[in-house]
Amino acid sequence: MKTLEIINNWVSEHSVVLDLGCGKGEILSDLISSKDIKATGVEIDSFNINESIKNGINVIEQNIDEGLENFIDKSFDVVIMSQTIQVLKEPKKALTEITRIGNECIVTIPNFGHWRTRLSLLMTGKMPITDPLPENWFDTPNIHLCTLKDFELLCEETSIQIIEKISFNSSGSSNVLTRFWPNLFGASAIYKISN
Amino acid sequence: MSGSVGKVIKQIFNLPTDLLLECGQTLKNIELVYETYGELNADSSNAVLICHALSGNHHAAGYYEDTNERPGWWDALIGPNKPIDTNKYFVVCPNNIGGCHGSTGPSSINQETSELYGPDFPVITVKDWVNSQALLADYLNINCWHAVIGGSLGGMQALEWSRLFPDRISKSIVIAAAPKLSAQNIAFNEVARQAIITDPDFQEGRYLDAGKSPKRGLRLARMVGHITYLSDEAMRNKFGRELKEGKLNFGFDVEFEVESYLRYQGDVFSESFDANTYLLMTKLLDYYDPAESFDGNLVKALEPIKAKTMVISFSSDWRFSPERSKEIVNALLAANKEITYLEVDSPHGHDSFLFTEDRYINALTAFLGN
Repeated sequence: MKTLEIINNWVSEHSVVLDLGCGKGEILSDLISSKDIKATGVEIDSFNINESIKNGINVIEQNIDEGLENFIDKSFDVVIMSQTIQVLKEPKKALTEITRIGNECIVTIPNFGHWRTRLSLLMTGKMPITDPLPENWFDTPNIHLCTLKDFELLCEETSIQIIEKISFNSSGSSNVLTRFWPNLFGASAIYKISN
Repeated sequence: MSGSVGKVIKQIFNLPTDLLLECGQTLKNIELVYETYGELNADSSNAVLICHALSGNHHAAGYYEDTNERPGWWDALIGPNKPIDTNKYFVVCPNNIGGCHGSTGPSSINQETSELYGPDFPVITVKDWVNSQALLADYLNINCWHAVIGGSLGGMQALEWSRLFPDRISKSIVIAAAPKLSAQNIAFNEVARQAIITDPDFQEGRYLDAGKSPKRGLRLARMVGHITYLSDEAMRNKFGRELKEGKLNFGFDVEFEVESYLRYQGDVFSESFDANTYLLMTKLLDYYDPAESFDGNLVKALEPIKAKTMVISFSSDWRFSPERSKEIVNALLAANKEITYLEVDSPHGHDSFLFTEDRYINALTAFLGN
């Protein structure tokens, strides 16, 4: 199952959904057509914002790093943060904030603990460049990469509950390996969390 | 960008009813002048209302045949294949009540007394304007606007439309606006008003009867206003410290280009605008505060809104800064409304809404079109 399908399964019909870092509004568009959700996106890239508007998505231009205080407590059924947490200045604060705003949150992250990343670092002694993390260390927007284990420890530390978790290999599928050794065989993972 | 709507004509609508104003007075025999561009479609679903700002009027696009006047004030955005595309939309722009470009205002004759209204024209509000625009919509067989759009004070009207007539508007576009004026905003308006009122030719507002015009006051009022419409950066880029004659003359005549520009703006304005209208419009701005009847709670005030709202602010606008737009955005978010917000980088200050910054017009086109 791909990320989009899982998000789709995890969001109930007519939910009020906030997507932080909504890109061109792909996830929200999908949820609008399949689940008739009420969607709001937050985005900082001007091209993506315009694409979201073209797609009929309500989108707010806002820098998540400057805070989310303008969103009130539990004002959304679901807050989605897909492949975004690793580019933020304060991932810990963001995590606390999204669980404050949403009844449930769906977070997807790339896994720096994936065996390819580990192997690449071990063998080359250089920062790994892989399919999910294609940029050089000096070019990458990913300033706060972590392993799945790291992420889960942070959740524990901030009293955030992990309700569900699915990890995928690089081709986006979940199998026996990713199920039993997610932190080694998962290239990325999706979490449903709540405070 | 593309063509012009071409030659346009001013039309007149006589309100079929009296208008009970927010101040408690009733205004009778009201005339609204307006222009339209494009064609209303069969199910009347493509109508767009343009709301003008403080000194604007009904002439938003195109040109008049028999004059050399500049095209309408929003001609850059309204026309065939422009963001407010007249091939798609039926665009309506009225001159608001209290104005001085043909709609009933202080320089009109009060038919009950056969005298000029002058300073006796009642103080009107944004709500009164929206009510009169709704009557115009009825007359034009427009049950629901595809969109109501405005910049500055026009944005306040767009927001007010979505609040007061939630079922008659699908989209509202609120550009370079604020949910209410700040003390600083009111202060600038008061300076403008004092400039007019203390002009000896103001004659307590009865200058037309006396065959006079408080041009010096109006000129000053406009000069002060104009400074607040531009940004520091825009002024620096446009004028810097350029000297008209290339050298200092050690006197008080016009020396710097910026002085010359402001005087010119003031002169043109004082020839064409009515002083009582200016007083009214600034007062109307000062009074605007939809949250006031909800104990200052803007979220409650915006509760009735059903329209999709797009709020746009400009980085260099210090009259109604992006922070002021965010107040509207955050209240709409808290009220669980459909809201899109854009903060556009533009050097033109408050006047940015009149320019065609790419991001701004792309967003406008996309939001109107989807």
